[in-house]
Amino acid sequence: MADKKMSIITTKGTLDWAYPPFILASTAAALGYETNIFFTFYGLQLLRKNLNLKISPLGNPAMPMPMGMHNWFPVLGTALPGMEAIMTAMMKSKMKSKGVASVEDLRSMCIESDVKMVGCQMTIDLFDWNPKDFIDGVELGGAATYLAASGGADITLFI
Amino acid sequence: MANFDQELDATGLNCPLPILRAKKALATLTTGQVLRVVSTDPGSVKDFDAFAKQTGNTLVESRQEAGKYLFLIKKNA
Repeated sequence: MADKKMSIITTKGTLDWAYPPFILASTAAALGYETNIFFTFYGLQLLRKNLNLKISPLGNPAMPMPMGMHNWFPVLGTALPGMEAIMTAMMKSKMKSKGVASVEDLRSMCIESDVKMVGCQMTIDLFDWNPKDFIDGVELGGAATYLAASGGADITLFI
Repeated sequence: MANFDQELDATGLNCPLPILRAKKALATLTTGQVLRVVSTDPGSVKDFDAFAKQTGNTLVESRQEAGKYLFLIKKNA
């Protein structure tokens, strides 16, 4: 078994951006990769104990909408109050009906497979976040920590 | 159909769950034992091929039957 390494920097915290890092990391770990994820800026939202991830149609021109609405629905409409909540609810329900794993499950699988999760200390300080709001098993570090863990990685991703 | 020692029902599960569950199941088998996986995810065909190549296990069989994908994976240590 090759001792390959994969390193991911995660910078976004919405529902759609949560899937790529957790799916890739859990699968890489399943394939024998030594995997680490560095969560910085809004990526830290993915490490909260209570996940309440949203998805917004605003600024997401490639996001498909039901009934072909993405072809004619005006961008201004996506900024209306309640749109984000509706879109998030619809997306979650669609994912459930298609058997897509929840972000919590994928995150647990990563931890179970010894994926190393590092949170950016600077971001936590910047936004005055409480480290207790985040799940256990997360190491806090800075850019140097990330670089040390990722040197020599075969796959490096910026998500 | 070849013999198998354990069956994993991954029907209704989508990427990456079939692979992740298979990895867990294989961990409980001993060398030489065979895991049979049943999946409904079309993406799993290529995934299991890659999984076998990457982990050194043998993909003994990969076929489609009645809308389901069947895989036989032999554990090689």
